Amino acid sequence: MPFLTPATLNKSYDVIVVGSGAAGGQSAYTLSMEGAKVLMLEAGRKYTPETETPMFQTPEQGPLRGASTPNKPFGFYDATIDGGWEVPGEPYVQSTHDAAGRFDWWRARMLGGRTNHWGRISLRNGPYDFKAHTRDGLGFDWPLSYADLAPYYDKVELLVGIYGSNDGLENTPDSAPGCLLPPPKPIVSDLLIAQRARRLGVPVIAGHRAVLTRQLDFKTSPARLHPGNPTAQMIIAADMQRRAACIWATPCGRGCSIRANYQSTTVHLPPALATGNLDIVTDAMAHEITLGKHGLASGVSFIDKTTGKQYHAAARVVVLAASSCETVRILLNSKSARFPSGLANSSGKVGRYLMDTVGSSLSGQIPLLENLPPLNEDGASESHVYAPWWLYREQLAGKLGFARGYHIEFGGGRRMPDLGTLAGIEWLTGGSYGKKFKDDARRYYGSFVGFDGRGEMIANKGSYCEIDPQMKDKFGIPVLRFHWKWSEHETRQAAHMQQTFKEIIEAMGGRVHGEAQTDGAKAISAGGSIIHEVGGAIMGKKATTSVTNRWGQTWDVKNVFLADGAVFPSNADKNPTLTIMALAWRAADHILDMLRRKDL
Amino acid sequence: MDRRTTIKWMLAASVSMPLLGRGVIGVTAVSALPQGQGYGSDPDLTKIFRPGDLWPLILTPAQRRTAAALCDVIIPADSVSPSATSVGVVDFLAEWVSAPYPHQQTDRPIILDGLAWMDAEGLRRFGKEFAALKDTQQHLICDDICFEPRAQPAFAQAARFFARYRDLTAGGYYSTPVGRKDLQYIGNVALKSFEGPPLDLLQKLGLSPEQMPRG
Repeated sequence: MPFLTPATLNKSYDVIVVGSGAAGGQSAYTLSMEGAKVLMLEAGRKYTPETETPMFQTPEQGPLRGASTPNKPFGFYDATIDGGWEVPGEPYVQSTHDAAGRFDWWRARMLGGRTNHWGRISLRNGPYDFKAHTRDGLGFDWPLSYADLAPYYDKVELLVGIYGSNDGLENTPDSAPGCLLPPPKPIVSDLLIAQRARRLGVPVIAGHRAVLTRQLDFKTSPARLHPGNPTAQMIIAADMQRRAACIWATPCGRGCSIRANYQSTTVHLPPALATGNLDIVTDAMAHEITLGKHGLASGVSFIDKTTGKQYHAAARVVVLAASSCETVRILLNSKSARFPSGLANSSGKVGRYLMDTVGSSLSGQIPLLENLPPLNEDGASESHVYAPWWLYREQLAGKLGFARGYHIEFGGGRRMPDLGTLAGIEWLTGGSYGKKFKDDARRYYGSFVGFDGRGEMIANKGSYCEIDPQMKDKFGIPVLRFHWKWSEHETRQAAHMQQTFKEIIEAMGGRVHGEAQTDGAKAISAGGSIIHEVGGAIMGKKATTSVTNRWGQTWDVKNVFLADGAVFPSNADKNPTLTIMALAWRAADHILDMLRRKDL
Repeated sequence: MDRRTTIKWMLAASVSMPLLGRGVIGVTAVSALPQGQGYGSDPDLTKIFRPGDLWPLILTPAQRRTAAALCDVIIPADSVSPSATSVGVVDFLAEWVSAPYPHQQTDRPIILDGLAWMDAEGLRRFGKEFAALKDTQQHLICDDICFEPRAQPAFAQAARFFARYRDLTAGGYYSTPVGRKDLQYIGNVALKSFEGPPLDLLQKLGLSPEQMPRG
């Protein structure tokens, strides 16, 4: 029985994985498919997308027409349960009242974590992104190169299913042949954006997202994923055939009951469970790694949320994949005589160099898109196309005033109307009501485009988290306190985004809604709000300046590995999830090697 | 448009959105919601909810009467589709102003005071409450408050109410089957393939499939 209660655990496991999202799912998948006995601890409840996903539900079927509330901050039908910016009974602390210093922390206490609702944009870091310090002298290099990670990007793409195209652009890597699924056709607004943005020198190419535009290649991929392992090949081939291709309806953010997009719960966990090597305990709030003999970790202490009782699970290896900040919290709360300031923290770097993505948005109205005929533009929910960063040369020459790039995600189309669709349109209508308003609604519906910039933040000393000296959560576990600071590299980048978006909107013959913000400090989204938080326990070349080596293995305790975004030494503009999965697979391969060599 | 941006538009369109509690400043724990109110963090997403199922509706019959009249001034029946009241927008508004959440609680006095103002203004100008006025009389009042940038200072507050009320009425209307049909939204159905826009439309817009990104 793969879903266990704390009372029915095995006496010991090869590996305990804390967390069940992108990092935990990938770790558990790789380890169990290759024969390791794995226990997964998840703080949230069991979640079953096949029966719980609100496929096809419409706004009037939900409370408040599906509007966002503190209980469901991304709307009623968002897949997140028991999560959001606030989790009841599990506070976190801001170090300042100053809005520029705040950090917003999105959590999801559920099996699969945030992979159930994420945007599914899956971009590879490029060669520059791993050696950014070498390139411009700022931040940190990774202790590995693009070439080290490329085979793992290939594997993850083959396994989870990513659509996209190979365009051969600078620092925007191509995938190995056969890895990518065909991208969906662009919608009308995509084509208009592409035409006009290109006139400004902004490239527009196919988006990369974790959505099956056709069934996975269950005939050839299994052998590429698990060479020499016929059992694993058989399991994954069977599971790939059980995943349906996209039906071009219902937003991905609700999750997908037919398993057409990537969620840990629908992609990583089913084959891992099918091996018989994975046990999962949900409602298990892990809070401490325990130390045993010889300075090695002996296991993990957790609270069973259903009873409030304390339990301990034992293993040869502990993998933290709890999300960057929660992983940091567990390390800092694992205090002992040997590690008085937290496990694996001899460098003092645990909690340091927290990063998010720079975000800034602008929208506009495009007369050319008014009064279009009825079109079904649901597609794959979003991002059929995007614009990768394009000003590498100008930036390196110091012409931009900020050191790192951003990409642009586009929104538009005749989407399912909701509360926001026709709100606040008096800037276009002059305040119409009555029959004129109904005519205006028909005219303007579908004529809006939105631009979201997603840019690189450079690690700095002012952005970090630590254990609050006083506050504890409802379980009695000390909580995190956050400190946040943007540098001019980020705020100037946000201002540049605004200017670019304005130019594209105007090149489309459109009108900017509101004004393009010239003050970057006002244009930039709050820290944490893009939900790409990484860093906090960075990997590096030396034990004195980093927390882990290039395998995510902590310098101080050789059987503790960090598999999530905590190890990122830099946060490229590329959304982090694909890189998290590739790193987790690579770390798991290393753990398997060490287990086979009896080195752990 | 990703979900964050949609929400941002929605919030930007509303008045004086309070900062929702995200994280605790200092050491005093504050909860975003009083205990036990709202639908909680783990509602059944596949269940159908009706206004009144989750919290009692606070609108009085008199408030509902005014609310209905104003809804149908904003979205009346026309040759294409029926009016706002005929698809339950008043029930939605009642659900909205009765909800225990911060955003809705901010709207509550704006909406209730606004409805009271509409009646008072009807009585002041024409001797009757808003719902009892003729169409032309209702329009005379609405013309003064339908666009905040052009409203006289004396009507500024009523204009802010009207903008919010119009957003909620439109949101409540176009998020129904009738509203979706009116806007000719034809998605939310399973398709075997996604073919993209038709060629003749692209040609009309000066776009061509050659501009499509390489597959």
